[in-house]
Amino acid sequence: MSAAVKPMITLEEICAEAEKIRLSNPNLGDKIVSDIYHNAEMIAGPAVSKNSTDSRSWDHKLDDILTSRLFGYPIMFALLSIIFWITIAGANVPSQMIADTLFAFQDQLLIWFELAGAPSWLTGIVVLGMFRGLAWVIAVMLPPMAIFFPLFTLLEDLGYLPRVAFNLDNMFKKCRACGKQILTMCMGFGCNAAGVVSCRIIDSPRERLIAVLTNNFVPCNGRFPTLIAIATIFMGGMVVSELQTAVASLVVTSLVVLGIFITFAVSWALSHTLLKGEASSMVLELPPYRKPQLGAIFYRSLIDRTIFVLKRAIIMAAPAGAITWLLANIYIGEISIIGHLAAWLQPFAYAIGLDGFILLAFILGLPANEIVMPILLMCYLSTGQMMEFGTLEELRDILINNNWTWLTAVCTMLFCLLHWPCTTTLLSAYKETGSKKWTFLTFLIPTIIAFTVCFLVAQSARLLNLV
Amino acid sequence: MNTALTTIPLSTLGIGSVCQIVSLNLQGLLRRRILDLGMVPGTPVQCIRKSPTGDPVAYMVRDTLIALRSEDASQIHVNPM
Repeated sequence: MSAAVKPMITLEEICAEAEKIRLSNPNLGDKIVSDIYHNAEMIAGPAVSKNSTDSRSWDHKLDDILTSRLFGYPIMFALLSIIFWITIAGANVPSQMIADTLFAFQDQLLIWFELAGAPSWLTGIVVLGMFRGLAWVIAVMLPPMAIFFPLFTLLEDLGYLPRVAFNLDNMFKKCRACGKQILTMCMGFGCNAAGVVSCRIIDSPRERLIAVLTNNFVPCNGRFPTLIAIATIFMGGMVVSELQTAVASLVVTSLVVLGIFITFAVSWALSHTLLKGEASSMVLELPPYRKPQLGAIFYRSLIDRTIFVLKRAIIMAAPAGAITWLLANIYIGEISIIGHLAAWLQPFAYAIGLDGFILLAFILGLPANEIVMPILLMCYLSTGQMMEFGTLEELRDILINNNWTWLTAVCTMLFCLLHWPCTTTLLSAYKETGSKKWTFLTFLIPTIIAFTVCFLVAQSARLLNLV
Repeated sequence: MNTALTTIPLSTLGIGSVCQIVSLNLQGLLRRRILDLGMVPGTPVQCIRKSPTGDPVAYMVRDTLIALRSEDASQIHVNPM
């Protein structure tokens, strides 16, 4: 070993030496990357032969349509509507079948409990609370999820989603946000908690925070069934039966578009106030379209997503059902605890077009949005009218018997779309941002917007005597 | 070098035209990203399509379609071919 070169022993010394070399050559990184590519070219050049540009020309033709000035946006809207239409139209029959089976089993359970001589409170908690909550969640959520998720995964697999980001990036740039935010929103359709985690794909910390704070404005899978059920019952119910599904899917699509519009508005507002800053750069790869792999789609969408979300819903729904049953069946004076709480909430709730029970259901549904409807129905059913539910007509009767008008339906859908995120999403936001302040804002911003929008809608409708 | 006379920003390239990258006037993370995608000096780039609003624009680099915002593309100097 020559005396001129001192042997280096520690990692620190090596790092210092590397830093010295790096600083003495300002463009060292560039040179290394250039050399790597140059070497790769030399190897690949003689060894790799390319096929004719057939597949590429297909890609170009598809891109010409899907990202064109004329058709780009209408196609996005149409695809979204078609997915909802297929989901709503296809979910009806299986939902009904599952409901019939599970509620038949509930009757059987009641008989068994009676034969076993179980006390009525135990029957209430287990069968009327836990089992009924579970049955509702499975009957209402499973079929739409099992249709919606594979369709959405199909679009993902085809390579369409990056094109959506390509089409919409300019709007995000105007809000000083990142175009990739739309991809995190697409994840949010499945689950907002997953959407919040996916915000990691955004490079700029400021734009990532904007994406985290606004992710809740795309309705997640836990809220879709609520939106779809109410839209089908009230909005679809206004037209002849042949058009019901179409009208309902149009209503849900419009709600999603409204949610996206509010995402833009809030992103813009954040970029100009709390998260001031200029739009940073965006590099987006548009991969070639691929033939979808059906096996992978079914596996990913059914096992990874549907079962995952359903499992979470079931874990939440069973205890929530038991607690709700208890609250509805423990009486203080003449009225159950739920009755007291709802009565106390009634003035606020009425001001924003809901009723005390609906607001209470949203509050009790904080752990998971999936259980808002079951809780609400349990509240309504425990107040007198004992009804078997399961079909949409029966649901409609329950709601109308509890004084629902079209305004209640509209405000409930708006509140469902805009209100606070579930605890899982909040927890993910806390993990991603590492800050209590931003987590609190993730809760506060949607809450304020939901109350404001519903208040304005309810008050204007009443002022104009529309109800 | 005669390249300095004829270089233009990548953002001014018309659809369908081909060019060669001369220099990157970018810093930090974006510079790294662009280099990692193989957009090193000398690389041929073809402008493929604009998004419906005209920005971002998609470029073909080494058989990969990459979309860049006009602000970023204007910092990449190219030689039209």
